[in-house]
Amino acid sequence: MISAELLKQLLSLAAALFLLTAFALLAQRHMHALLRWFAVQGVLLAATTALVAYAANVHELYISAFLALVLKGLLVPWLLWRIVIRLGAHREVESLVNIFATMLIGAALVLFAYYVSLPIQELSFVVTRNIIAIALACVLIGMLIMITRRKAITQVVGFLALENALFFTATAATYGMPLVVEIGVAFDVLIAALIFGVFFFQIRSTFDSLDLKHLEVER
Amino acid sequence: MKLWAYNILQAALLIGLSPLAAAVLRKLKALLQNRRGPGPLQTYRDLVKLFNKEPVLPDRASWIFRLAPYVVFAVTALSAAIVPVILVHTPLSAVADVITLVGLLAMARFFTALAAMDLGTAFGGMGASREMTFAALAEPAMLMSVFILSLAAQSTNLSTVTDTMLNADLGLRPSLAFALTAMALVAIAETGRIPVDNPATHLELTMVHEAMVLEYSGRYLALIEWANQIKLMLFATLLINLFVPWGIAMEATAVNMAFAASAWLLKLLALFVALTLMETWMAKMRIFRVPEYLGLAFLLAILGMLTHFILEVVI
Repeated sequence: MISAELLKQLLSLAAALFLLTAFALLAQRHMHALLRWFAVQGVLLAATTALVAYAANVHELYISAFLALVLKGLLVPWLLWRIVIRLGAHREVESLVNIFATMLIGAALVLFAYYVSLPIQELSFVVTRNIIAIALACVLIGMLIMITRRKAITQVVGFLALENALFFTATAATYGMPLVVEIGVAFDVLIAALIFGVFFFQIRSTFDSLDLKHLEVER
Repeated sequence: MKLWAYNILQAALLIGLSPLAAAVLRKLKALLQNRRGPGPLQTYRDLVKLFNKEPVLPDRASWIFRLAPYVVFAVTALSAAIVPVILVHTPLSAVADVITLVGLLAMARFFTALAAMDLGTAFGGMGASREMTFAALAEPAMLMSVFILSLAAQSTNLSTVTDTMLNADLGLRPSLAFALTAMALVAIAETGRIPVDNPATHLELTMVHEAMVLEYSGRYLALIEWANQIKLMLFATLLINLFVPWGIAMEATAVNMAFAASAWLLKLLALFVALTLMETWMAKMRIFRVPEYLGLAFLLAILGMLTHFILEVVI
């Protein structure tokens, strides 16, 4: 039996690590490292969810944790990995803004998320209420990854990181969404990853590159 | 009065053992590379040799060039006296906090850079400009990571921080892990170890510190090298006593202090083994990546602070 105080500290630690993985995704230059960190984030998400399930004694969350582990920790990263290898797109990730500046923006986003979530924290009574700010920050960082990257694959990783963070937010704020919704979303994400894969090949065969600036109208 | 004696004693211990530490580090690295390596006393012999040699000064050297090694050594030795080594509460660490420590190290760096630019050689200027660029990033990261500890301990005094880390029931704090990582990254950069600078080679186009002290010889070089060895030891001790202070003596009794000294030496050895493994395993990074590396340290420190406020402060 773990004491309540230790559980709370473990949850904080998990949240901090989750934030760290979000920043790691933001900072990565290499495609393979990016996917590896993405898988780590998925596994961490599953671990945190299981921890919350244990702390709050909500049994449904174990199923969500299992789904997160299988889908977000293993299946989706593996799918993306295979796509990257088949596309041969394992070169450096090109970002629009320089990486250090992006990371500073990320830190500012954490501060913003903290400021925004203060009133929510005061209203909430769940064990995980102090994690909400971190979860929100991770959502914003996911968006930042999508905005600052050029290649289709990195944008998709950003999108999936955003989805991870939303899942995390739901777990932190209200002990997860209803199970039906969660299963639905999980399979949506899986299908989305598959469809993204098809898109990648289409984009590449049309433009000979995965750089999304080719999708814009040339002036 | 007795405490002052202990304070000077522990500083002398740190300063006296630092060439040995450098030698041990070199030996460990040699062993990992299947070489025999020089013995543990080689660094002392080198220092003695340099002290006995006649220094050769360049024509254009001004008094700054001659003064700088003394200032660097004195300031580094003084900062070694501030850090708690085997005794937590010492008189000198009571009057000088961590900001003073960073300031002292900055002063040493300032004088090294000044002396490097004094001659007007290309290498010196290049080294100085690089060193100052990195310093502008390393110092805030260092301060921020110490401030995380200060937030937990409610004080910037090194003794108080060590005391808190040792005795207060802090539990599992993610911000401290961030602080440790950030400070370790800064320490590697500040002491010029491998991913940032290579201490083993001269005349490489990427060198930073070695480029600045290229013109020194004789006793001036000896002082600068010794100061560098002290700096390595200083950062190692700082990391050990701020994050894993267990074993350090709270009271100045003989048994406690002997135990603290042996614990300190063991932890130092463990840290050096880890450092050697890392140096053998990693390659030196490109010099233009260093600002990014230090930026990472700064960012980790900021994240540590944010997590402290978000996760650990009870509203």
